Amino acid sequence: MICTEDLSKKFDEFQAVDAVSLDIPDGRVLALLGPNGAGKTTTVRMLSSILIPSRGRAWVAGFDTVIQAAQVRACVGVLTENHGLYNRMPAGEYLNFFGQLYGLDAQQRQAQANKLLEHFGLAPNVRQPIGEFSKGMRQKLALARALLHNPPVLLLDEPTSAMDPESARLVRDAIRTLRSEERTIVICTHNLAEAEELADQIAIIRQGRIIANGSPQELKMRMLGAAEYEIRLAVHLNGARPSLPEGVRLTASGSDWLRFQTGNPLNSNPLVLKYLVEQGLPIVSLQEVPRSLEQVYLQAISAAEMEQGARVR
Amino acid sequence: MFDNLRLAWVITRREVRDTFRDWRIIFPIIVLTLVFPALMNFTARQAINFVEQYNAPLIAERMIPFLLMIVGFFPISVSLVIALESFVGEKERRSIEPLLCSPLSDSQIYLGKLLAAMIPPLAASYMGICVYLIGLYLQVGWTPKPILLVQIITLTTVQAILMVSGAVVVSSQTTSVRAANLLASFIIIPMAFLIQGESIIMFWARYNILWWAILGQALIAGLLIRTGLAYFNREEMLGRELDVLNFRWAGKRVVQSFQGQALSILDWYRTELPVTLLQLKLPIAVSAIGLVVGVTAGTSLAKEFPIPAELLSFSLLKQGFVEGLEMIKFYSPAGVGVVWFHNLRAVLIATLLGTFSFGVLGLLTLMLPMVIIGYISANIALAGNSPLLFLAALVLPHGIFEIPAILLASASILNLGATLTAPAHGKTIGEAWLISLAKWARMMVGLVLPLFLLAALVEVFITPLVAVRLLGR
Repeated sequence: MICTEDLSKKFDEFQAVDAVSLDIPDGRVLALLGPNGAGKTTTVRMLSSILIPSRGRAWVAGFDTVIQAAQVRACVGVLTENHGLYNRMPAGEYLNFFGQLYGLDAQQRQAQANKLLEHFGLAPNVRQPIGEFSKGMRQKLALARALLHNPPVLLLDEPTSAMDPESARLVRDAIRTLRSEERTIVICTHNLAEAEELADQIAIIRQGRIIANGSPQELKMRMLGAAEYEIRLAVHLNGARPSLPEGVRLTASGSDWLRFQTGNPLNSNPLVLKYLVEQGLPIVSLQEVPRSLEQVYLQAISAAEMEQGARVR
Repeated sequence: MFDNLRLAWVITRREVRDTFRDWRIIFPIIVLTLVFPALMNFTARQAINFVEQYNAPLIAERMIPFLLMIVGFFPISVSLVIALESFVGEKERRSIEPLLCSPLSDSQIYLGKLLAAMIPPLAASYMGICVYLIGLYLQVGWTPKPILLVQIITLTTVQAILMVSGAVVVSSQTTSVRAANLLASFIIIPMAFLIQGESIIMFWARYNILWWAILGQALIAGLLIRTGLAYFNREEMLGRELDVLNFRWAGKRVVQSFQGQALSILDWYRTELPVTLLQLKLPIAVSAIGLVVGVTAGTSLAKEFPIPAELLSFSLLKQGFVEGLEMIKFYSPAGVGVVWFHNLRAVLIATLLGTFSFGVLGLLTLMLPMVIIGYISANIALAGNSPLLFLAALVLPHGIFEIPAILLASASILNLGATLTAPAHGKTIGEAWLISLAKWARMMVGLVLPLFLLAALVEVFITPLVAVRLLGR
C-alpha cells in the first residue's frame, strides 16, 4: 500500500531525508520514531504529495506521489503536525468545507461529519467556533478532518500530542479500529509506548536515515539480543545451578527463580521445563521478561551515533 | 474547467465568509467606505459653492468625476491587507497545510484565494461609489454620464484586480506577513503615481485616454495573475521557512549560468552564445516588431506634430550636426567613450524599467530612438527632402552595429522581465530570474557592448565624414 525506494529530500544544502526505503502492506500500522528534526514530517509530506522528493520514488495506494499527486492526495488522510484549523469557523462548517474539497456530496458530508463528531465526542460543539476549543478537542477535530473522506491511507503526525489520557485513549482506540478496517496507517510519534501498542512495524529515523526497521519483536531481537525468560520455582535453589539444555544460557538466578536466554523459544522452552521437572524443581510460572521499545530505541540511536563517530574518525 | 472553478469557488466562499466574520477587518472597511464618500460629498459641495463665487464652474465640473474615481480607489488600498495575508498569513498561522494536502490543484488553490481577496475590496469600492453618487444626487442633483460611470467602474475594477493580484503574488512568495506588508510598497507607490496620472487626465477632461489606462492596467493585472499561477506551488509554500538573502549563492548561480560549459572565451562564443541566441528567438522577434512599430509610430507622429520645413534643410542639418560634433569631442577617442557610455546608460535604465514592468517599459525605452528616426525621416520627407539621404548620412553607418545591438538588448530585457510570468518548473521565482539575468549578461557582454563599441567608433570617426560628404552635395 505504501512503498518508498531511496526516498530523499534535500533543502538547499540540508539533507532532510536520505534514502528511505519502506514497504508497508495493506492494513498495517507503521510507527515512524525519531528525535525532533529527524525527517519524520518531511517523509510524511512527501508521502502526501506536498513535497517533491529530490531523489527516489514513493507509491501510495498504488499511485506515484509525483506523477499522480492529485490521486495520492485524494486517497490519503493527513493529520498534520499543527492542527491547521480555522479559528473563527464552527466545527461543523469546517468539516463541511473539507468535505467539499474532497468531492463528497452534501448528504455524504453531513453523514460523515455527524458520525465523526459523535465518535470523538464533539457533537455538542458542532456550532462552536474552533478558536474556543481546547487543545485536545482541536486534535480530535483535526483527526476527524483526516478521516472525513474515508481514506484507505492515513498519515498521522503526532496524533495524541496535547491530549489528556482519556482523549488519547479514544484516539488510540480509533486508530486500532481503523487498522482493523484494512487501512494503512503511518504514525509519527515520540510516544514509544503508543508506538509499541499500535504499530505492527517500527521504523526509527535519525538525521533523515532509517536506522532500524521491522516488527517490534524483530527489533528487540536485533537490538537487544535473544528473548529472556524467567521461571519461578516452587522450591528454593539454595545456591544450586540447575543444568539446562544445549543452546540455552542461564543469565541470572535468585533463591526461587532463574532467567535464561534462548534464540529458539519454541523448541527450547518445553525442554527447559522438562529438564527442571526431571531435576525435581517444580515450576510455578514461565514468562518472557518484558523489554521496552524505549530500550530498542535508545540502543538503535546509540549504535547509529557510534557508527557515525567511527566514520568521522 | 467548470469543475476547476467550482472547487476554487469553495475556497473563495470560505475565505470571504471568514473575512466577514472578523469585525476588526470589516468594521474599518465599512466605516471608511461610508464615511469617506460622505466626506467627498461634503468636499464636492464646498468646492461647488466656492468656485461659483468666481464664476468658475469648470473646476467643480472636473472635480466631481475625479472624486468619484478616488472614492472607488480608497477602499481598495485599505483592504489590500486581506490580499497581502492570503497565503503568508495562513502560513504564519500554520493553517495552510491541510488545504495543501487536499486533492485541489495548485491553480485551484491560487484562484480561490485570489477571488477571495478581490471580493471585499471590490464590494467596498462599489459601495463607496454608490454612497458618493447618492449623496451627490441628493445634495446637488448631479448624475454622471453613463459612459463616465462605466469608465470609472471599469477603472476601479481593473485597479482592484491589479492591486490584489500583485498583493497575492507577494503573499504567495514571502515567508512572513511583515515582509509582505513591506513589499506592498512596490504595489502602492506605483499605483499612487498612476492615480496621479489619471487625476491629470480627469482634470484635463480627456476621458478617452482613460480607456488606454484601463487597457494597460488590465494587461498588467493579467500578467500578474499569470505570474502568481506560474510560481505558486505547494513545495515552496511549505518547504521554505525563511527568506535568506544569500548573495554568494545568487552570484554563484549567475556566474555558473553565464559561463555554461565553456572552457575558454572562444569556446563560449562558439558554443554558449548561439544557445542563448536560440533561446531568445521569440523575444528577438517581438523586439524586432517593437522597433518597426517604433518607426511607424514616429512616422505617424510627424503628421500630427510636423517640424517646420525651413528647419529641415540639409544645409541647416549639416551645420547643426558639425557644431554638435565639436561640442561632444568627436573625432577623438574621448568621443567614442561618450557615445558608448551614453548607450550603456540607456540600456541599463531600460533594464531597470523592464525588470519592474515585465520587460514592457524596457522595450518601450529602447523603441524611442526608432520613434525619433521615424519621426525625423517622415518630417524630412514632408519637407520635400529625401529621407533615404538622411538615413544614409546620419543613421546607417553606425546604425549597422547599433540597431542590432538595440534589438538584442531589448530582447534580453524583455526576456528578463517576462521570466516572472513564465513557469520555471522546479525553480523558485528568484532562481529563474537569476538564470535570465545570466542570459541578459551573456548578451550584454558577448554582443551588445562590443556592438555598441563598434557603433561608437563608427559614429565618431566615420559617420561625420559620410554625413559631411553626402549632405554637403
